[in-house]
Amino acid sequence: MSAFALRDIAKAHGAQAVLKGVTIEAAEGEFIALVGPSGCGKSTLLRIAAGLDRPDAGTVSMSGRDVTAVPAAGRDVAMVFQSYALYPHLTAGQNIAVPLAMRELSGAQRMPLLGPLVPGGRARRADIARRVAATAASLRIDGLLDRKPGQMSGGQRQRVALARAMVRQPGAFLMDEPLSNLDANLRVHARGEIVELHRRAGVPTLYVTHDQAEALSMADRVAVMIGGTLLQIGTPQAIYDDPAHVEVARFVGNPRINLLPGRLAADGAAVLAPAAPQEAGPGSVTLGIRPEALGLRACGPEVAAAAVSRLEFLGSEVLVFVRLAGSGEEAVAKMSPAAAAGLRPGCPVALAPAPGAALAFAADGARLPAPAPARIAAGAGR
Amino acid sequence: MSAPALSAGRALRLAALSAAALVTVAPYLWMVSVASKPRDEIFSSSLRLLPHRWALLDNLREAFHRVPIGTLLINGAVVCGAILVIQVAVAIPCAYAMAKLRFGAARLMMGLVLLGLLVPIHATALPLYVAFRRLDLVNTYTGLVAPFSVSVFGIFLFLQFFRALPDDLLDAARLDGMSEAGIVARVVVPNSWPAVTAFAIFSVVAHWNDLFWPLIVVTDNRVATPPLGLFAFRAAESGSDYGALMAATLVITLPLVLAFLFAQRRFVEGITMTGLK
Ligand SMILES: Nc1ncnc2c1ncn2[C@@H]1O[C@H](COP(=O)(O)OP(=O)(O)OP(=O)(O)O)[C@@H](O)[C@H]1O
Ligand SMILES: [Mg+2]
Repeated sequence: MSAFALRDIAKAHGAQAVLKGVTIEAAEGEFIALVGPSGCGKSTLLRIAAGLDRPDAGTVSMSGRDVTAVPAAGRDVAMVFQSYALYPHLTAGQNIAVPLAMRELSGAQRMPLLGPLVPGGRARRADIARRVAATAASLRIDGLLDRKPGQMSGGQRQRVALARAMVRQPGAFLMDEPLSNLDANLRVHARGEIVELHRRAGVPTLYVTHDQAEALSMADRVAVMIGGTLLQIGTPQAIYDDPAHVEVARFVGNPRINLLPGRLAADGAAVLAPAAPQEAGPGSVTLGIRPEALGLRACGPEVAAAAVSRLEFLGSEVLVFVRLAGSGEEAVAKMSPAAAAGLRPGCPVALAPAPGAALAFAADGARLPAPAPARIAAGAGR
Repeated sequence: MSAPALSAGRALRLAALSAAALVTVAPYLWMVSVASKPRDEIFSSSLRLLPHRWALLDNLREAFHRVPIGTLLINGAVVCGAILVIQVAVAIPCAYAMAKLRFGAARLMMGLVLLGLLVPIHATALPLYVAFRRLDLVNTYTGLVAPFSVSVFGIFLFLQFFRALPDDLLDAARLDGMSEAGIVARVVVPNSWPAVTAFAIFSVVAHWNDLFWPLIVVTDNRVATPPLGLFAFRAAESGSDYGALMAATLVITLPLVLAFLFAQRRFVEGITMTGLK
């Protein structure tokens, strides 16, 4: 039984099908990152998970209970919004206390002045104040509790929003790009913090982002959605090494995977044919080779399949951009500075993919069974 | 120099604004002036703002003697207060639903609101009066208040304001466990004080000064509103006691002026607060 499950969710806005049957099941305490390009329907799915929108088809369940028809207020989920959505008229402390006050105080106990006089009101309020303080302390915002959102920095607001979501133990956490409004440094720092908080709370989490690095670095499993379809869900390693679809391979990894025309030879080997004519025969495939597996070999001009067009030095490694001789496509190789030492713009090079590194994709994008080690069909088609 | 130099453009702007302000406030000053003059000075041919002999107290005494100003003020406060409370209580949920909830009749309602903005009370006064007569509501507070309980203008004003509230904020409130009514009371209203204040000023001023409807529906002095009281005063036999009339007017406009001066601070505060966001 999964802690949190979205099954076959479909949703259309007008004539536009935004979600086309998406299934995601989170186990107890699992952190799932939902990643995809802008406009692919991530927020729409999250809103359905939260109960803010109804799906056209499919079910949402929590701890085995079908909650598809339960509105947001009745679902036990907490959400962090991209805009943080803090109440502007309340202080940080009051903001954090709202979910507790709404769920644990009776109507009479919530009243502004009379509340504490209602039987049990004072004790409950004290308890809430204690938990707010504890949550704030764990996020190191205890000094900000008397400030209003307008008087806080973006990073501080983000922490208050996290605290408001964390202060009670919800059935699930939903986060919609909570880090996208932070600057790069803070973002990397906050990643680690959210993972740590998640580990401590042990609540299943659905984390939406369009940043694949964020997804790979934070999540137990990554779900890649493109155009309203869930293309693959798996561990970060599986998503990176073993993408099920060419779009997944294209979306995940930085710099982007090299997608080069090739064909399957009679012996089952994938043949990288940089100069092959572009007719899409039955044997033609797209070969995906990660930049770090591409490999370049300096060679003489007579066998050159490519030429270095430029180099980018990144410190611990170097990106070498090459232009393929026949098709004119650009490919990129990531290598150590030592390996790239002899390369200069204009150098003729041959591609030397690591054995077994090539991923073959059919014309419709589906992954083909692992080909035998890629060969370079030097001169093929010349 | 500590003060910024008064540039020519700034001086010109100030002069223009001062002139406009003076034109606006002149009748009010004249009213105060007349209220302070004895009768012979009011009708003298010389134009003076300050009286030779101060007669404000005499005029006030005369005014209070002739019309029950206390009753008028209480009636005005009761009627305007009731109208305001009911209007706000009706308009806010209505505007919230139209601005933020999706439902089938939303477009139709928007059309009705716009239609309502176009129809003045003068068009509906007669049928309303007939109906109120039948219902025995003539000469009652209810009769004075009821026609204004739905303020289309208020709905429209709040609608514009609520549209600017971020949807995420309302969604966050839903996830925190609030009902829609709870959202209105705890999130929408606390963040809409500038709109509520602005509307309160418009509503109170309009109904405090309204003569048209009270004139139709009230004949009994016990429920007369301030303008109606003044009207009776003017029509009274003596006719020419402008000093007392102006003194009565002064007393009757004073609460509005004070209320405005008080609300103005909050009004400006509210605007700057939202402007900062
Ligand atoms: N209320 C709506 N009415 C009509 N279309 C909508 C509505 N909300 C979203 N859409 C459409 O649905 C698609 C998915 O939107 P969604 O907000 O889920 O994208 P997203 O993946 O979250 O993108 P981003 O990364 O930019 O936030 C978009 O094409 C958008 O135009
Ligand atoms: Mg989004």
